[in-house]
Amino acid sequence: MINPDDFLYGEDGIRINVGMSTCGQAAGANPVYRAFADAAEKQGVDAKVVNVGCIGACFAEPLVEITSYDKPGVLYSNVNPDDAEKILENYLMGKIEDAWAIREYSGAFTGELNLPVLSDLPYFKYQVQDAIENCGIIDPESIEEYIHSGGYKALEKALQMTPEEVIESVLKSGLRGRGGAGFPTGLKWKFTRPVPSDKKYVICNADEGDPGAFMNRLNAEGDPHKILEGLIIAAYAVGADEGFFFVRAEKPLMGERLKKAVHQAMRHGYLGDNILGSGFSFKAQVILSAGAFVCGEETALMAAIEGKRAMPTPRPPFPSTKGLWGKPTCINNVETLAHISKIITEGPEAFASVGSEKSKGTKVFCLTGAIERSGAVEVPLGTSLRTLIFDIGGGPHPGRSFKAVQTGGPSGGCLSEEHLDLPLDYESLQAAGSIMGSGGVVVMDDTSCTVDVAKFFLGFTTAESCGKCTPCRIGLKRMHEILDRITRGEGTIEDLELLKFMSKGIIDSSLCALGRSAPNPVLTTIKYFEDEYLAHINEKRCPAGVCEGLIKGYQVDQDACKSCGLCVKECPVKAITQVEPDKKAVIDPELCIKCGQCYSVCPFTAIKEVW
Amino acid sequence: MKPNKLEDLIDKMLTRHNSESSHPLIPILQAIQQEQGYLSEESLRLVSEKTGASPSRVYGVATFYHQFRLKAEGAHRISICRGTACHVAGATDLYNTLIRELGITPPEDTSEDGLFTIHEVRCIGACSLAPVIKVDETVYGKMTPKKLRLILDQYREDEK
Repeated sequence: MINPDDFLYGEDGIRINVGMSTCGQAAGANPVYRAFADAAEKQGVDAKVVNVGCIGACFAEPLVEITSYDKPGVLYSNVNPDDAEKILENYLMGKIEDAWAIREYSGAFTGELNLPVLSDLPYFKYQVQDAIENCGIIDPESIEEYIHSGGYKALEKALQMTPEEVIESVLKSGLRGRGGAGFPTGLKWKFTRPVPSDKKYVICNADEGDPGAFMNRLNAEGDPHKILEGLIIAAYAVGADEGFFFVRAEKPLMGERLKKAVHQAMRHGYLGDNILGSGFSFKAQVILSAGAFVCGEETALMAAIEGKRAMPTPRPPFPSTKGLWGKPTCINNVETLAHISKIITEGPEAFASVGSEKSKGTKVFCLTGAIERSGAVEVPLGTSLRTLIFDIGGGPHPGRSFKAVQTGGPSGGCLSEEHLDLPLDYESLQAAGSIMGSGGVVVMDDTSCTVDVAKFFLGFTTAESCGKCTPCRIGLKRMHEILDRITRGEGTIEDLELLKFMSKGIIDSSLCALGRSAPNPVLTTIKYFEDEYLAHINEKRCPAGVCEGLIKGYQVDQDACKSCGLCVKECPVKAITQVEPDKKAVIDPELCIKCGQCYSVCPFTAIKEVW
Repeated sequence: MKPNKLEDLIDKMLTRHNSESSHPLIPILQAIQQEQGYLSEESLRLVSEKTGASPSRVYGVATFYHQFRLKAEGAHRISICRGTACHVAGATDLYNTLIRELGITPPEDTSEDGLFTIHEVRCIGACSLAPVIKVDETVYGKMTPKKLRLILDQYREDEK
């Protein structure tokens, strides 16, 4: 068998990809991997079993894809290790009816037409993958596979261009920073390039700290070389000879993968002195961040690399003129860098051909929360929230209704049903009081309380405030206390005005984006969900049934109770007993700690809150 | 950790740290914490001596970042995610069950038997499997209070 792709497959021409990113492992991919390796051995098949990243369909994990060198890939979702043997046996006989989807129809399998083509599934139909295109497909620990998929071609090409031409390409593409602020990437490079200095730095910000966002993790775990290639090109463009990946320590696999990629690139001559004979030299290393949300702010991030507390400093001077150790520094997000290689190989026009007027290209969004299909999806900017949440994500779980969506994490805002047709681009989201941020999209259904969510975010930003600016350090804490008061039923109508007043003060007088955007969740929830605040304040009631401080207790609706005993088993303090003659449940209010577990487990909604 | 072993570790880190462009303080603290599970006062003083950074700076850095802790911890570290996706998926219930099961009253974070230490983390990036917890390095997704109790029992059983 002579095939240029041979190294991708085992001796028998078969390859089994097991999605083993952090998400896949949490879903149980480790035993699945072992089960497939064992199954192949047992059935005497020389297959290459590969630990790959995540294709973004986290809801379908553990996910396995079997490919043969002459057949399209067949995907299996929610795989149980016990099924591995059967799956492989059937596959080898050409039977794939137990699969989830197929890459394309080929006539190679019996009954394949009964399966959907992966790209026709609603989850993938609207996607245009660029940054994460290789994730879950290539072996992230193999530079050979990256090169085989077209990797480092962009670097070769870029090194034959002048740095100015590279910058011009990126400028023309319209690429804007994917980390949050949306500043044009080409412009950032253009500012750094002409600054005279004996030393310049480039930094990849991989300190993904925004809760609800994991696109950087997924990208770097699944395709680290793509990010590295972007960083090397950035360094060439701005004239830097040293670079860093600043990686969140809470996401260790991402750091390991990037480290490995750096070593491999070094050995292949893509890093080091005189790269590919171009005369350009560049070295890169991985630094583990010790964890601080404020590192999303460039000046704070640089302080961390300098071994100090991560506190922002006023800008100007901007990092492009005076950054790390006082030298010109260019900082780009993981996802921003992931787009660079294609802009260089396929040209800026191709990149700009998708997206909206002012927001070009594609963006990865992480769909989480109360949604049927959760995971990471890459869509053209300008796609509507409705498409993202309902068409791709499948909407809320059955029986539940859509209530709100939080975009942009703790710095973003809570949007309501009226915003569903809003195009996802930098300007539209900002106009609605939210932000694009890193692209986290947390969907909330009728069981979430927006007041509680606002309090949650304030709790987060209060804890993450670096403490430098008084309005942020103390103001956020006071706002959190007011929200806490409201969720306990002790709020007053004046509190709403006070919250708005304080928000304005904090936004106007904080130095960095953390403080300037922290009040957004509060302002947007008051604006779009005022009724819910009023219910807490005037009626002392939490309509979603979340705010425990307002619930006086629980009682069992005797007519609805089916005596199943589930609540009795679930109650952690044994406050529920089944009473003869018909064994219906009764809650002892003296013992009840109002944890609500009986309420959430009851299959017959027989347990009611007492307000 | 014995004083001389600690000293060796810091020396090793200092020689290994060959980049002039990043400061060795945070990597050294990370290495010590990796080794002994926390940063003792003694180790902070030694780091200050060895690196030339003032004690206040070392202490400032050690207390600023979430990764560092200044108290010893239990045999197993339970990281409970309090990120947004986990929050709306019921992380508060899970947290309440956890402290109740372990008999911990915050701000205490370690169970009396020394078996578990709770860490509230902001997000470990497995949001699509919310709510999640991590026991040592193992991530458990789609948690419920019941599943949590079973997992705790398993670890208790293994310790016996």
